[in-house]
Amino acid sequence: MSRCDVVIVDGGGANIASLRFALARLGVDSTLSAEPDRIGRASHVILPGVGAAAGAMRRLRAAGLDRLLPTLNQPVLGICLGMQLLFDASAEGPTDCLGLMRGRAVRLRSAPGKPVPHMGWNTLEPGGESPLLRGAQPGERAYFVHSYALPVGEYTRASTDYGTRFSACVQIRNFHGVQFHPERSGKVGARVLANFLACD
Amino acid sequence: MRFRDHRVVGGILDLAARYRDQGADELVFYDITASPEDRVVDRTWVERVAALLDIPFCVAGGIRSVADAEAVLAAGAEKISVNSPALADPSLIDELSRRFGAQCVVVGIDSVDVGDEYRVQQFTGDPSRTRDAGRRTVDWVREAIDRGAGEIVLNCMGSDGVRRGYDIAQLWAVRRECQVPLVASGGAGAVEHFAAAFIEAGVDAALAASVFHCGELEIPTLKAELAERGIEVRR
Repeated sequence: MSRCDVVIVDGGGANIASLRFALARLGVDSTLSAEPDRIGRASHVILPGVGAAAGAMRRLRAAGLDRLLPTLNQPVLGICLGMQLLFDASAEGPTDCLGLMRGRAVRLRSAPGKPVPHMGWNTLEPGGESPLLRGAQPGERAYFVHSYALPVGEYTRASTDYGTRFSACVQIRNFHGVQFHPERSGKVGARVLANFLACD
Repeated sequence: MRFRDHRVVGGILDLAARYRDQGADELVFYDITASPEDRVVDRTWVERVAALLDIPFCVAGGIRSVADAEAVLAAGAEKISVNSPALADPSLIDELSRRFGAQCVVVGIDSVDVGDEYRVQQFTGDPSRTRDAGRRTVDWVREAIDRGAGEIVLNCMGSDGVRRGYDIAQLWAVRRECQVPLVASGGAGAVEHFAAAFIEAGVDAALAASVFHCGELEIPTLKAELAERGIEVRR
């Protein structure tokens, strides 16, 4: 996969070290950039989670990336908050997001034994065809850290139950999103990243 | 695990890889002498660990400020754990939680059973400096959560290192006050100890060191036996 030119969208202040290490373990170097030209030239674009939705969207707008990202034709992967930003809007802020998929991120409801943020390993239930889930078995676990989530809908390719069922993996055309952190999800996560890098 | 001692760092990386391969769900790296010696964790080792691990890990020891925490998180750690510095200045918890979110702020508590109540101990990395922190354990748990702790690691010192089992009564006393994930620490020596912590004390996770370091219990065996007892584990 050395032919990959992966650009991680620099949303400012992100902790992306673990993501870059995860890509490096797959033999892929990555570049961190907020330059529209540089992002446009990438073979693969990753939009990581950075803090809260409203602030992240403000930073994308300031860099002109709210206009660029929806026009990209190469594979794009949103991780955690980055996945939520691919939708119409988020209740966190609230804020409008990139609008590639219809839907709105809502706050998870806490319940006895289900504190929010949802933090830890939870199971993935595949619910549709996605190149990212190639090789996935029902019940495999991935690592989650989030307080907001997307309800299950037409873009859902895998879901997870945490009191309510939410979207764990989504896709529309070349735009993919995962609510979990593949960079911290062991072999399951490494396979998701490798599957993404194999998309063209 | 002592970051400072360069001779054992190779050992740390080997151990980290071994536990990763065996299916540990999360690793915690303690620099237990950092606080008493007034040092911060050496970040280059955090980076080497981050490059190796594909599971979350937490770094504990000597984190006294937002800047200290930022460096450790930027190096690739998922969480930071504060203990003595938070006792010295509890507002550190608020600052860390505001800046990074509750999900990466762990408060570690060393606690002893003094007969009629549980009390917090400070500077436990150095026996000659260890002292009562002037707080009841349940009060400190409540305050830490109010200030923004996203997870509590309760190390029951009476049982630590002796492998006769977690202090179930103490864990349960804290569990009732703790609405965030509670991690049991101190005393694990056998599968039944882990099972009791989950079933009887209702903890969210169980932490152990010496029982794994010495090879007495292997993680795959532990997980298989916990699953047989109906406890949900990642396999």
